[in-house]
Amino acid sequence: MDVTALFLSRLQFAFTVSFHIIFPSFTIGLAAWLTMLEALHLVTGRPAYRVVFEFWLKIFGIAFGLGVVSGIVMAFEFGTNWSELSRMSGPIQGPLLTYETFTAFALEASFFGVLLFGRKRVAPWFYLLSTAMVALGTTLSAFWIMVNNSWMQVPVGYVIENGIFVPSDWAKIIFSPVVWVRFPHMLLACYLTGASCVAATGAWYLLRRVFEAEARIMLRMGLYLAAVLIPVQLFFGHLTGDYVHDEQPAKFAAIEGRWHDEQPASEVLIALPDQSVETNHYAISIPVLGSLIGSMSFTSKELGLTSFPPQDRPPVLIPFFAFRIMVGCGMIMLALAWLGTYLSLKGRIEQNRIFLWSTFLSFPLPYVAILTGWFTAEVGRQPWTVYGLLRTADAMTPFLTTRAATLSLIVFCAVYTLIFLFGLFYIYSLLRAGPAGHLVLPATDATPDRPMSVVKHPAVPHHPTAGE
Amino acid sequence: MMIFWVAVLAISTLLYVLLDGLDLGVGIIFGVTRDEAKRDIMMTAVTPIWDGNETWLIVTGVVLWGAFPLVYASLLSAFYLPLIIMLAGLILRGVAFEFRHKAKRMRWLWDWSFAGGSFVAAFAQGLTVGALVEGLRFANGHYVGGEFGWLSPFAVLCGIGLCIGYMLLGAAWLVRKCETDVREIAYRQIPVLSIALLVFLVVVFAYALVEHLPVMDRWLERPYLLFFPAVGAAAAVTLAMSVRERQDGLPFFMVVLIFAAAFCTLAISFWPYMIPFAITIEAAAAPHASLAFMFWGAGLFVFPLMLLYTAVNYRVFRGKVRQGPTRTEQY
Repeated sequence: MDVTALFLSRLQFAFTVSFHIIFPSFTIGLAAWLTMLEALHLVTGRPAYRVVFEFWLKIFGIAFGLGVVSGIVMAFEFGTNWSELSRMSGPIQGPLLTYETFTAFALEASFFGVLLFGRKRVAPWFYLLSTAMVALGTTLSAFWIMVNNSWMQVPVGYVIENGIFVPSDWAKIIFSPVVWVRFPHMLLACYLTGASCVAATGAWYLLRRVFEAEARIMLRMGLYLAAVLIPVQLFFGHLTGDYVHDEQPAKFAAIEGRWHDEQPASEVLIALPDQSVETNHYAISIPVLGSLIGSMSFTSKELGLTSFPPQDRPPVLIPFFAFRIMVGCGMIMLALAWLGTYLSLKGRIEQNRIFLWSTFLSFPLPYVAILTGWFTAEVGRQPWTVYGLLRTADAMTPFLTTRAATLSLIVFCAVYTLIFLFGLFYIYSLLRAGPAGHLVLPATDATPDRPMSVVKHPAVPHHPTAGE
Repeated sequence: MMIFWVAVLAISTLLYVLLDGLDLGVGIIFGVTRDEAKRDIMMTAVTPIWDGNETWLIVTGVVLWGAFPLVYASLLSAFYLPLIIMLAGLILRGVAFEFRHKAKRMRWLWDWSFAGGSFVAAFAQGLTVGALVEGLRFANGHYVGGEFGWLSPFAVLCGIGLCIGYMLLGAAWLVRKCETDVREIAYRQIPVLSIALLVFLVVVFAYALVEHLPVMDRWLERPYLLFFPAVGAAAAVTLAMSVRERQDGLPFFMVVLIFAAAFCTLAISFWPYMIPFAITIEAAAAPHASLAFMFWGAGLFVFPLMLLYTAVNYRVFRGKVRQGPTRTEQY
């Protein structure tokens, strides 16, 4: 493939948005969980909830910070790299993102400070309210982003005037059925990410036989939540597939790895699709299941990729494999959550080290599932940016040079790699240090404290000039 | 409706410049301070507020996109490289708040990223404003200036000027928030920075005169514009007096007034253009359906709420930063 400004811009957007989504998907779930913990603490007065709260709040702080700084990039990238898109669809996407920022971002950013530094400066009810406001903010943010992206997937409620997308029906745009299957799908994914990470941390502590009281809360709450939510998630995943089938048949065919129309259609479980000869190698497929999944029928005709002109077909490999990886991750998570719930109810979970190890090691699965899910959705939408209306090639800034695009990609790669590695390292050291014994510090300190300083071991002497 | 969104855009831009300006300024001052204990206090003075402050940049960005998509598309793509650099700076500055106190051996890296990121972001912002004042090359409403169309001595000068301005704002904030030695350092910096800023303004003015920048004509056509520099001058005098009498509370508001005066001068000299002298507000405005949709929710209800949140946040963290606990934690 030629290295063009277009290719580099796509790479850059994919890289920056993939990097970004890792953090919100964790913090959205975590924020909701923190609110629950704080409420439980206020109601029951059990100190364990408070310990777990303070502990996860520190991790929330780092992840949230990384989400904020990488999110700002997204707000600018539409204009820098995709100026034609932002000019043409600005009247629709701009107001949606304005609502995102206004309702959500302002809410999170303002109360986030209170959450991290204000415990002793505000009344308990206001602190709980601040926690809830941060959680609400993250959720609203996800909502508007999903409205925006869903409009790009299935544009509705618009007319085209002088090459500009002019909104004609905002209710249609916001209450589009596509939004209302994709938003729950994403929100559940975030809750599952939070639940998996919390459960994995609990399992890790139990394996190391440290912080066992807190670990039990983490493991149980995480697993129970996942056990209930994953089936719901599969249901919304299926509904999302339905909209793709009806609204984006070319994407659906790519996900299914279906090259030619079939009636009734088979379902390709796994294969190696080959775009050059328009066929699958080493395919394992089940007859009729394709029609059943696509149209809930034993006889329906399902479209293949060759029914679409070559210039309107998405690439096949990425959506095909990304989708299967996402589903695979979901299935493993479901098995773990149900098995864990069973073991927990039987009271055998802490003896089962194999299970604890599996739970611990499974924490990347929700991230992999979210990323591959988005790869399926976004790569599958190609060659369109606004599906069926504006091609990605026409959406780019017309005068963007390869040199400028290369430079910006290098800058983003360098900066993101740096902050990702260190962010990961600091989160790891926080997790490793664990929750116990650090409750008193943030609570008694009445100044605008720093969240990170709390975990420092007071026994280790620290010289201010060290490292200079 | 259009005027409403121009006003929202102006308010959020001004708030961004004032609020994030103060923490970028503190970041740059942090860079020229050697003592780690003083650095700790400086950072603590902005830690609870920087995130909310930076949000106003996003507010500006999305309002621009929603209400004036043509300007958003043209400006952001024309300023491709400076904006990428600014974003990189803001990222490095932002993560430093989270990372610096976690780090032991690597603390120098986050010291550097806090100060360097603040400087780069401030410089890039000044640069873009300078380039905008000088005028970007547009033909038929499309940017034709090329990859480096924003680069000029004048723009670089404005980049440096904004760094000085932000440092002044930061110093005034430190005076307000800190005690003893940090406050003393800041008090000593204010006169130096004020004089540097004055020199900058004189040079800019001379440059504009020599180069016959189109903005200059505006000043001749609209003599009432002189009201704002007059306000700025009055604020500068009050600033000098309050610094001499060591009134901790006052300098910050005087610097804010100076910034507001400069901002209003610029904004009104641009009117009715958004990108001087290529794209007018009228031409850039989104269709009525977009502006009205934004107005009846985000504009009318949420925007005042956002101002309220900001006020609440500043109220929660009012008062001087105490130094004691910072030290006890370290040892």
